[in-house]
Amino acid sequence: MDAPQNNELANIGRSVVIKGDVSGSEDLYIDGEVEGNIDLRSHSLTVGPNGRVKASVNAKSIVVLGKVEGSLIASDRLDLRKSAVVTGDVTTQRIAIEEGAFLKGKVDIQKEAGKGTATS
Amino acid sequence: MKFFWGSSKRAEESAPKQKLSRRSSGVGEISRVLNSQEGLCVLDVGATSANNIRYFTDNGHKNYSEDLLRASLDPALRTLDSAGKATIDSKKFLEENLVYPNAHFDIVLCWNLPDYMEESLVKPTIDRLWSVMKPGGLLLAFFHTRDAGPDSTCYRYHVTGTDMLDMQEIRFAVPGQAEKRSPRLQRVFNNRHIENLFRDFASIKFFLARDNIREVLVVR
Repeated sequence: MDAPQNNELANIGRSVVIKGDVSGSEDLYIDGEVEGNIDLRSHSLTVGPNGRVKASVNAKSIVVLGKVEGSLIASDRLDLRKSAVVTGDVTTQRIAIEEGAFLKGKVDIQKEAGKGTATS
Repeated sequence: MKFFWGSSKRAEESAPKQKLSRRSSGVGEISRVLNSQEGLCVLDVGATSANNIRYFTDNGHKNYSEDLLRASLDPALRTLDSAGKATIDSKKFLEENLVYPNAHFDIVLCWNLPDYMEESLVKPTIDRLWSVMKPGGLLLAFFHTRDAGPDSTCYRYHVTGTDMLDMQEIRFAVPGQAEKRSPRLQRVFNNRHIENLFRDFASIKFFLARDNIREVLVVR
């Protein structure tokens, strides 16, 4: 999967290594390595197929194609694609897990207005 | 250590995404507990299933997911014993997996894990599950009979809230290769082996199914 071409999207390329906290007010695509907390409260995070993230992540929506080690909080939606490897507790309203995705941790679905869904 | 993967020919022939269904007495009993109580702590050690997560969380239970078969394939666990024979480091495996407080879970869904997991990991894993289960907690496991054959399909199991179970064939990418294959049945446990495996548990109940599977419901 290529990085989406979008002016509102920050892109951390596959050769980039960041050690430290990351926060922002735009969507973020990570195909490199990040070790630290990621805070994108009202925006989305995509961890690309080459992405390696060791962090606690807080975002509106999170899509994982790569590897994540740490807790994930997605206030809206968490999407684990078939190549995703996630080790850590996840909290979200909606979760989608493709066949082949690996998830190790506690899953907490927080319902809004009485609704919470998980699809495969 | 046995050859882990099934034949590639069989893998090519089968359709991995097709869902099958089977009736399961063990799942029926587990479903009755899940449907009649709230706030149970459920550990699913099978292949990750969004259906199961949805079912458990929609019914007010706490859900933990840990695909132990995939975790056991981590190349970092491979080591040599004192005789130079290839083996798996069960101590390291349990340092990295099933790390929970004692007496934490009400229900553990083991599915067919013992039949497909490397033999040296099976007993330590069951012993750890005993530790993390609450007294009176339920564990469900499936064991193949000898008639099943070594190429028995390894499934991902999806609960439905009834005694029906949906199943999907599992395929993994062989470490270091792109090709996906289905895991191979490692061994067949007889009833005495199964009883020994769960000897520390309070009680064990067998359900014989028509599809060469013995379902085992164990009370901690």
